[in-house]
Amino acid sequence: MSDHKTMTLTLIVWRQKGPNDPGKFETYTAKGITEHHSFLEMLDVVNEDLIKEGKDPIAFDHDCREGICGMCSQVVNGVPHGGQERTTVCQLHMRTFKDGDTIYIEPWRARAFPVTRDLIVDRSGLDNIIQAGGYTSCHTGGVADGNALLIPKEIADYAMDAAECIGCGACVASCPNSSAMLFTGAKVAQLAALPQGKAEAAVRVCAMTDALKESGFGNCSNHYECEAACPKGISVKFIARLNREYQKALLK
Amino acid sequence: MILDGKCPTGPIEQTWDKHRFDLKLVNPANKRKYKVIVVGTGLAGGAAAASLGELGYNVEAFCYQDSPRRAHSIAAQGGINAAKNYPNDGDSVYRLFYDTIKGGDFRAREADVWRLAQVSNNIIDQCVAQGVPFARDYAGYLDNRSFGGAQVSRTFFARGQTGQQLLLGAYSALARQIKAGTVKMFPRTEMLDLIVVDGEAKGITVRDLVTGELRTHVADAVVLATGGYVNVFYLSTNAMGCSVTASWKAHRKGAFFANPCYTQIHPTCIPQAGEYQSKLTLMSESLRNDGRCWVPKKKEDLGKKPSEIAEEDRDYYLERKYPSFGNLAPRDIASRAAKEQCDDGRGVGPGGRGVYLDFSSSIKRLSEDTIRERYGNLFEMYERITADNAYKTPMRIYPAPHYSMGGLWVDYNCMSNIPGLFVLGEANFSVHGANRLGASALMQGLADGYFVIPYTIGGYLAQTKPGKVAADHPECKKSIEEVQAYNNKLLSINGKRTVTDFMRELGSLMWENCGMARTKESLEENIKKIPALREEFWQNVKVTGSGAELNQQLENAGRTADFFEFAELLCRDAHHRNESCGGHFRAEYQSEDGEAQRDDANYCYVGAWEFKGVDKEPELHKEPLKFENVHLAVRSYK
Ligand SMILES: Cc1cc2nc3c(=O)[nH]c(=O)nc-3n(C[C@H](O)[C@H](O)[C@H](O)COP(=O)(O)OP(=O)(O)OC[C@H]3O[C@@H](n4cnc5c(N)ncnc54)[C@H](O)[C@@H]3O)c2cc1C
Ligand code: FES
Repeated sequence: MSDHKTMTLTLIVWRQKGPNDPGKFETYTAKGITEHHSFLEMLDVVNEDLIKEGKDPIAFDHDCREGICGMCSQVVNGVPHGGQERTTVCQLHMRTFKDGDTIYIEPWRARAFPVTRDLIVDRSGLDNIIQAGGYTSCHTGGVADGNALLIPKEIADYAMDAAECIGCGACVASCPNSSAMLFTGAKVAQLAALPQGKAEAAVRVCAMTDALKESGFGNCSNHYECEAACPKGISVKFIARLNREYQKALLK
Repeated sequence: MILDGKCPTGPIEQTWDKHRFDLKLVNPANKRKYKVIVVGTGLAGGAAAASLGELGYNVEAFCYQDSPRRAHSIAAQGGINAAKNYPNDGDSVYRLFYDTIKGGDFRAREADVWRLAQVSNNIIDQCVAQGVPFARDYAGYLDNRSFGGAQVSRTFFARGQTGQQLLLGAYSALARQIKAGTVKMFPRTEMLDLIVVDGEAKGITVRDLVTGELRTHVADAVVLATGGYVNVFYLSTNAMGCSVTASWKAHRKGAFFANPCYTQIHPTCIPQAGEYQSKLTLMSESLRNDGRCWVPKKKEDLGKKPSEIAEEDRDYYLERKYPSFGNLAPRDIASRAAKEQCDDGRGVGPGGRGVYLDFSSSIKRLSEDTIRERYGNLFEMYERITADNAYKTPMRIYPAPHYSMGGLWVDYNCMSNIPGLFVLGEANFSVHGANRLGASALMQGLADGYFVIPYTIGGYLAQTKPGKVAADHPECKKSIEEVQAYNNKLLSINGKRTVTDFMRELGSLMWENCGMARTKESLEENIKKIPALREEFWQNVKVTGSGAELNQQLENAGRTADFFEFAELLCRDAHHRNESCGGHFRAEYQSEDGEAQRDDANYCYVGAWEFKGVDKEPELHKEPLKFENVHLAVRSYK
């Protein structure tokens, strides 16, 4: 409300018309920002000013603005989602910045994520990985009662830890090799841990690993930047599980 | 016109089985000759596209996000109902049916609700088979929690991310069909028109949101599963991109819009912090299992910290007013009760628009760790937004627009009055009456998508020849030209106000005059002001860029233009319904103690509106509601 102190910030933002445009940084000023603005609401303010001046607003992906849809995707001061622990950029609030700060804003950068426009990238590679095998091949209808197979709490919790991934791609953006192993490992581990997913575990891990390579993602060389950048705190232990499942599958 | 919902007759327990048997079937070898368009790939559309593809239909699916995994179903936190009765606490299909009819304040169709309750159990099994990691107890059995409006524990959940897990389950089933080639997926594609040929729905016109290209897709049937419309209030718990556009375009082409005035205001959301705010965040209703709502009894205490207010000076108003349901009173009732306290000048926080949701007694009883285990992610989210630690100090919450019970009118087959146009999930009006109970929307979306449409669409397709309309049909060309002209107009106005600026003003008119409480006068004010504002929008909006590129301003402008037309309809519906029921509270119609007062003699019907032109009054059609299994009664949660 009006009694809040306001901040003025300098934004240095990546602007790129399309995948074939070379792109460049542009500088903007964000005025009248309070500590209660979310990062994206701060960008809304800047965009409203740009529109009134007849300029193209900064294009960025967003939808739920509550940290769950995985749509928002910005590198803030060199860190995907801005570096606050377990926080997507849409949930980052301006109270973590100071009046007069300069903020660099860029899109996810990875070979497998070509820039669509400004801060928007094409993440269809992640969908390709799931389509390759990130499911159980159950039919609609004709399945067993939910309690027919008991799943101990530890296993259910482990699967849930992995399943929390929101598919934003920050892991890829933070990785020096642009690897999607955390993303893939989380899905492989979730399904391999559950009795419903065991039958296809070997086929799945091979198919998903192949898709990962085909979509242009790199390999994991144990930097663990992905875990640090992940807004859901997905653990790198799932990459170890991915490797283990892959070895097991090769031996079959 | 008196509308017919085409509900099967006979004993309610047998209606769905009998109806399934009576429906015509499409020969398996012929299925691939039929093309079905599914717009929207949330729970309802994702489940539908996957199931129809698996049956062998040739499916094309569309969503506006970059991936079907991001539909707003993903944001559902609390859980999904089913009548499994695993806890042995007295649940049954009948009880779920009964609770839903009563929760909806007797404004839903019995047969549809029965079917929903019946298939609820299949949904849980289906999701488990997909690998959805529902919460389990130490023995490995599925766990349950309680939700508002029920006295049994029937809600299944996956931490505080149930919607996410269910959607990822449906998305994985969809991914499997995309790989199999039965479903072709078009993400970042927005439907902007419905193509109707000889009175039947035969295709859609879309805009590719990346290139701006306009295209038509023709099919033998069109399924809309495009979600809810409460962004008409601007600030709501919905995602930024949620809109009425797909439904509204279908409405303009003849589909009736039913009960638009039934909107749900969710009691537990984080209060608005400032003018610039773009959306409101929900705190799951499940919190009311362990959180207690209160405000200070005395106005002098308003300035104090909550910890400084003595126990006896706190008014636990829900427990006081509704002793048997207490903090788990249904949403409409809990929201109005919160508003009542604030209107009485006892609201807390900036502007007096808030009540406390306090966990201290549960923390004392159960330990902080137990509360963290149950709601940890919600407490984290609360802290991220407000910078307050809710383990130490009560949360501050306020009601916010959340869900739309109204939607496109459909019959028992989920088919609208336009043959070949089916509507699923939040986009239709069918099962929640005037108020939805918590954890029933996920249930409905998946019921419609997995277990209803696969049968009922066959009944329609079996009677139509495949491929009746070709892509070069004159209606397709006409539709593209119209959409093009509409977009060009938006781009050429070059006025002074931004789209958001207009949407904010429309939202505040809706919230002030047609929100938690409405009156004849407030609605008449809106019915006057909205068209005037709409007029100004078309004279003075500024949309930069062109139509032939990625242009988020143009997307928003189109959605806002549709909200302008729709908002007026919503107010007209609220104005015509001279009663209070569920989420529709007309201040003139309340009992002495402030409860909603229905008028069954005059309003026990579904109000379905027919579009007659932008500046013309819509025409009302009625579908009378009959209650043969649950007796019409005053809804009481005392
Ligand atoms: C914050 C929140 C919490 C909730 N919690 C619960 C809960 O705990 N339990 C419960 O039962 N319910 C809950 N609900 C309600 C429930 O989540 C929704 O009602 C339900 O998920 C809607 O599903 P849907 O498939 O109908 O629509 P959505 O999931 O909204 O999907 C709509 C789809 O349509 C697409 N679309 C829309 N317009 C167009 C267009 N013009 N062109 C192309 N595509 C389009 C979108 O891209 C999307 O794919 C919650 C809702 C919210 C907002
Ligand atoms: S916008 Fe949905 S996670 Fe950020």
